[in-house]
Amino acid sequence: MTVAAERAADVRARGLTPIWACSAVGFLLVSLAVGVLAGPVDLGVGGVLESAAARLHVPGASTPLSPTEEAILWEIRVPRVVLAALVGAMLALAGATYQGVFRNPLADPYLLGVAAGAGLGATIAIAYLPEGLRGQRALPVAAFVGGAVAVMLTYAVGRSARRERDAATLVLAGVTVAAFFTAWQTFVQQQNAETLQQVYSWILGNIPNTGWSDVVLILPYVAVATVVILALRRVVDVLSLGDDEASTLGVDVRRVRLALVVAATLGTAAAVAVSGLIGFVGIIVPHAVRLLSGVGYRALLPLSVIIGAGFLVLADVIARTALSPAEIPLGVVTAFFGAPFFALVLRTTRGGVS
Amino acid sequence: MIELRGVTVALGGRPVVDGVDAAVAEREWLALIGPNGAGKTTLLRAVAGLVPFTGSIEIGGRPIEELRRSELSRLVAVVPQEPSTPPWMTVAEYVLLGRTPHLGPLAKEGRRDREAAARAIARLDLVGYEERRLGTLSGGEKQRVVVARALAQEAQIILLDEPTAALDIGHQQQALELLDLLRGESGLTLVAAMHDLTLAAQYADRMVLLDTGKVAADGVPRDVLTETLIAGHYGASIDVVPVGGRIAIVPRRGTRDT
Repeated sequence: MTVAAERAADVRARGLTPIWACSAVGFLLVSLAVGVLAGPVDLGVGGVLESAAARLHVPGASTPLSPTEEAILWEIRVPRVVLAALVGAMLALAGATYQGVFRNPLADPYLLGVAAGAGLGATIAIAYLPEGLRGQRALPVAAFVGGAVAVMLTYAVGRSARRERDAATLVLAGVTVAAFFTAWQTFVQQQNAETLQQVYSWILGNIPNTGWSDVVLILPYVAVATVVILALRRVVDVLSLGDDEASTLGVDVRRVRLALVVAATLGTAAAVAVSGLIGFVGIIVPHAVRLLSGVGYRALLPLSVIIGAGFLVLADVIARTALSPAEIPLGVVTAFFGAPFFALVLRTTRGGVS
Repeated sequence: MIELRGVTVALGGRPVVDGVDAAVAEREWLALIGPNGAGKTTLLRAVAGLVPFTGSIEIGGRPIEELRRSELSRLVAVVPQEPSTPPWMTVAEYVLLGRTPHLGPLAKEGRRDREAAARAIARLDLVGYEERRLGTLSGGEKQRVVVARALAQEAQIILLDEPTAALDIGHQQQALELLDLLRGESGLTLVAAMHDLTLAAQYADRMVLLDTGKVAADGVPRDVLTETLIAGHYGASIDVVPVGGRIAIVPRRGTRDT
């Protein structure tokens, strides 16, 4: 027994190693700094730091910024950076979760019909709601409701076709529901051709300049989803062995998968509701982390949160500064820069994707 | 230890396991034999709580449907025929997964779990392999890692589905010797579906011959592995040859009639 006790020190699962945790947090901090500093108005590092100190009531600190600059910093830039970080973290985390739960390396946050449902919700809001109600208030809510309804429907369809291979059935149900909702959305769009442009720009994805209201709107969902998924991260490693083996290891597969899928999906629906459909983050971030670090889900999930947040903040900086004052759709940026980066990662690592 | 009464499993409306009665004593090695499609795997899956069944399966006097998933997994470990071994996982991580039934869904492995895993790793001669990725292991090494995971589970019963199917004869022998050794040391009860009748006769205390889901024979290897029973249920013509106190099955050429 003493031998076992000695050896036990060698028997460890690779959790978050300090080197990866520090690199990831460092990347996030740099991204946040770039996000806050970049923009048409130059606020300066010192100005931002002193203004922050003043806000935090550090004795003797006073802001050197003009009231306009203060407003730009705290009502536009910081909330936008925070919103991008939340959306990026949620999409990357949801992607990694789906890949583990469905044992499918191509699973993405839009898998279960979230995108199609949110798209339909947004389209209906844009097409039928009166001008004043649209936009800021109603659109995210409509998109969230649409996404959530689509996922519930997917689950209902998946359950009614209950088979042994539950994971695959659920994905097929998602494809079915997505096809139906997409057809419906296209129909509504055809009937209301004048709103086509607005719907289209939502679909391409953008982090809106809505101050803190959208942050407040999605924060509870993203926070709950993140806590639930990270709490279950060890079980995701067990699920990666497949339903039967996870069961014989004592996991109530059906219940755990439901908890994970609901958490990831509600979080995604909330993120999509404010940002539109930003593709690629949920696939590229977890895979890049996995290929570079080679870790299991228990470390991959928290790393995806941090890296996803930093990645989308940087992508958003490019989206709003590259053609300033015009903005490039964020979904275009993530794919345009994400795809070559991912190709590079694939080339330089020899690990498989699964 | 395990009591089966009238166990029936229907898949797609067809009974794959049909009214099986059987009992396994503590520390016994029971081999499930029978032709392809006889229902061996399905019966093991029923005992592991993976498929719904009618009839009753009791472990230590308790019906398994009354046990929670984690309770059942603390009693019964499973070595599947084709275990999934994610190539990125390390041996230590994989063996630690065996501790899952002892942990709550939100818990992390503690010191006792790491010690149990370390013991299993040492017992299977895998010391020094802890940080190796599963993708870099040979078939025989993988097999040992899977058994180590089952051992770390610290269940009294281990169900094995064709534990030696993927191994050459040397590794088959090593694996079975090891299981027999572990059975003696830890007082394990083993139920193994086995294809190789000679190997099964070498190691099993008792055999249950299944055919089309029904028990065709149940007894010590000498009584089950007879020329008549094998001809009747496998459609094979064989000789049963006594070798060193045990028996061996030798196929006979050219007289196959079915």
